[in-house]
Amino acid sequence: MTFSTRSTVLALNSAAEQQKTKQSDSKWQEHGPTALTDAEVRRIRNDFPILNKEVNARPLVYLDSGATSQNPVSVLEAEQEFYEQRNAAVHRGAHQLAVEATDAFEDARATVAEFVGVTDSELVWTANATAGLNLLAYSFSNASVGHAGSAAQRFLLKPGDEVLVTEMEHHANLIPWQELCRRTGAKLTFIPIDDNGALRLEEAERLITGRTKVLAFTHVSNVLGSINPVQELTAMAHRVGALVVLDACQSAPHLPLDLTALDVDFAVFSGHKMLGPTGIGALYGRAGLLDAMPPFLTGGSMITSVNMSGAQYLPAPQRFEAGTQPVSQAVGLAAAVNYLGETGMERIHRWEMELGQRLVVGLQGIDGVRVLGPVAGRERTGLAAFDVAGVHAHDVGQFLDARGIAVRVGHHCAQPLHRRLGLTASTRASTYLYNTTDEIDQLLDAVAHVRGYFGADGSGERR
Amino acid sequence: MSDLDVLYQQIILDHAKVRTGGDLPESQTAAAPVFPGIGQSHQLNPVCGDEITLRVTVDGGKVASVRWNGAGCAISMASASVLSELAEGVGPEELLGLIGNFREVMRSRGKLAGDEEMLGDAAAFSGVSRYPARVKCAMLAWVAAEQALHQAVAVH
Repeated sequence: MTFSTRSTVLALNSAAEQQKTKQSDSKWQEHGPTALTDAEVRRIRNDFPILNKEVNARPLVYLDSGATSQNPVSVLEAEQEFYEQRNAAVHRGAHQLAVEATDAFEDARATVAEFVGVTDSELVWTANATAGLNLLAYSFSNASVGHAGSAAQRFLLKPGDEVLVTEMEHHANLIPWQELCRRTGAKLTFIPIDDNGALRLEEAERLITGRTKVLAFTHVSNVLGSINPVQELTAMAHRVGALVVLDACQSAPHLPLDLTALDVDFAVFSGHKMLGPTGIGALYGRAGLLDAMPPFLTGGSMITSVNMSGAQYLPAPQRFEAGTQPVSQAVGLAAAVNYLGETGMERIHRWEMELGQRLVVGLQGIDGVRVLGPVAGRERTGLAAFDVAGVHAHDVGQFLDARGIAVRVGHHCAQPLHRRLGLTASTRASTYLYNTTDEIDQLLDAVAHVRGYFGADGSGERR
Repeated sequence: MSDLDVLYQQIILDHAKVRTGGDLPESQTAAAPVFPGIGQSHQLNPVCGDEITLRVTVDGGKVASVRWNGAGCAISMASASVLSELAEGVGPEELLGLIGNFREVMRSRGKLAGDEEMLGDAAAFSGVSRYPARVKCAMLAWVAAEQALHQAVAVH
């Protein structure tokens, strides 16, 4: 490899930093099962047909799983089997196929609920995480204009109330809250981040007050790869009676997740980021909360009785599942979490942590590359976003694509975060259980050549 | 030449570095001055955040200058630079024609090559048309110029 070992701007430089590093190191290296091995990952890759594809006459190096993941054969087959053997409308009809389809749909719910440590009545199917967050925001909005009566008082927002988010949120966990505040007169506030992208917890302490009604934040940043202290933040919010909404899009696919143990009130995640199909995601709501919330989308399959002046609604989860549901997608997602569960989430998590460290150590060693988020040695999931001095992220992505390497470029739906870090765009490499150390090395080797190619390293001529 | 080199012709990389017209002061990008013969447009590519504010000045029936302030990828910045070179001294109608021609080449999915006689250095962007995700980068400044030009002529 050609990149140098020179440390960049974000190098560890104080004793305190190094002490912290040791602490976070030990947290994830000491106990429990071991990480996957390179040999196991090579076997895992055989389950993913698309990974055999060639792109620009090079073997595909897929490092964009943070945006969308690939599907193992078992997921593709589960969907096909459903359509070939059991397809029918669920929760209606008395015929045999309808019964089988309903069973498949509800078994899938139970499987996915168990995977994230909740019961099936607490898990609502949504189109994706964005839909789940909008469901919450619109249900709270409906509660705020008096729907669902006094039972829904908890969800009522009015002028003087605050919804608290963080500066690192994906737009999906920001804009629905902005709009909710606009509709209700509540105020949106945010926990800022420091120059390295870490949440400023002392500010959280100050910002979480009696006015705070909702605290919505991401478990794992889709740009920084850092893991936020869910229990600490949740405890702070619960002390003032606020509801906690967790964006688990980048955690549910990559680490063992027990939403009940984390004590959050709501959580969302997307199926396509965790080896499942598109068009399916889930909203978790703590037992008791969902049943007290007014519905958002209304229509068929979510009522007990209807007359010309109004309707009575079913309890959750059906309360929030109006219209025909993504049934084969639910079946596919259940197959996906079975695949993840059989492989072992702790082992996957540790493997991706290793890949994440390999990424950040390598990237930090390349001249002119600035890694966003935790420096090498600090806790980070298997992704890294970075800036290449003098070369726009779009050009970096194009250069990598010519070598068959797929990464995400742009603001990754986190414009405020990029602006805070002084950037408009970055390049992000994000791994999953099927990525090898060799693929990371290919990426690093390619990134080491980017500035030379674009003449951004001072040589002025393309090399 | 590799596919990548076809996309990033040396002439494009040169323009991305030394940018003709790219000296419109930031302080002047907020609002367009309302004077006869001056038009200004702001364009944003929401996919990648590339941005440009471009001002066209028309004097005596010819484009006197194209100046801009922008941030973005090599393709979008170089494209603004070649446009600025191309536009100077050209009549507004003729420039609108050139913009139309450039758009046609960009949208051709690699089927049309730009005419160097007509488009000058902008012909080097023909390779971009094979990358649908990058066509908007190349078009950013040209769309801005088209809008600014209509404005400049309308006020005339």
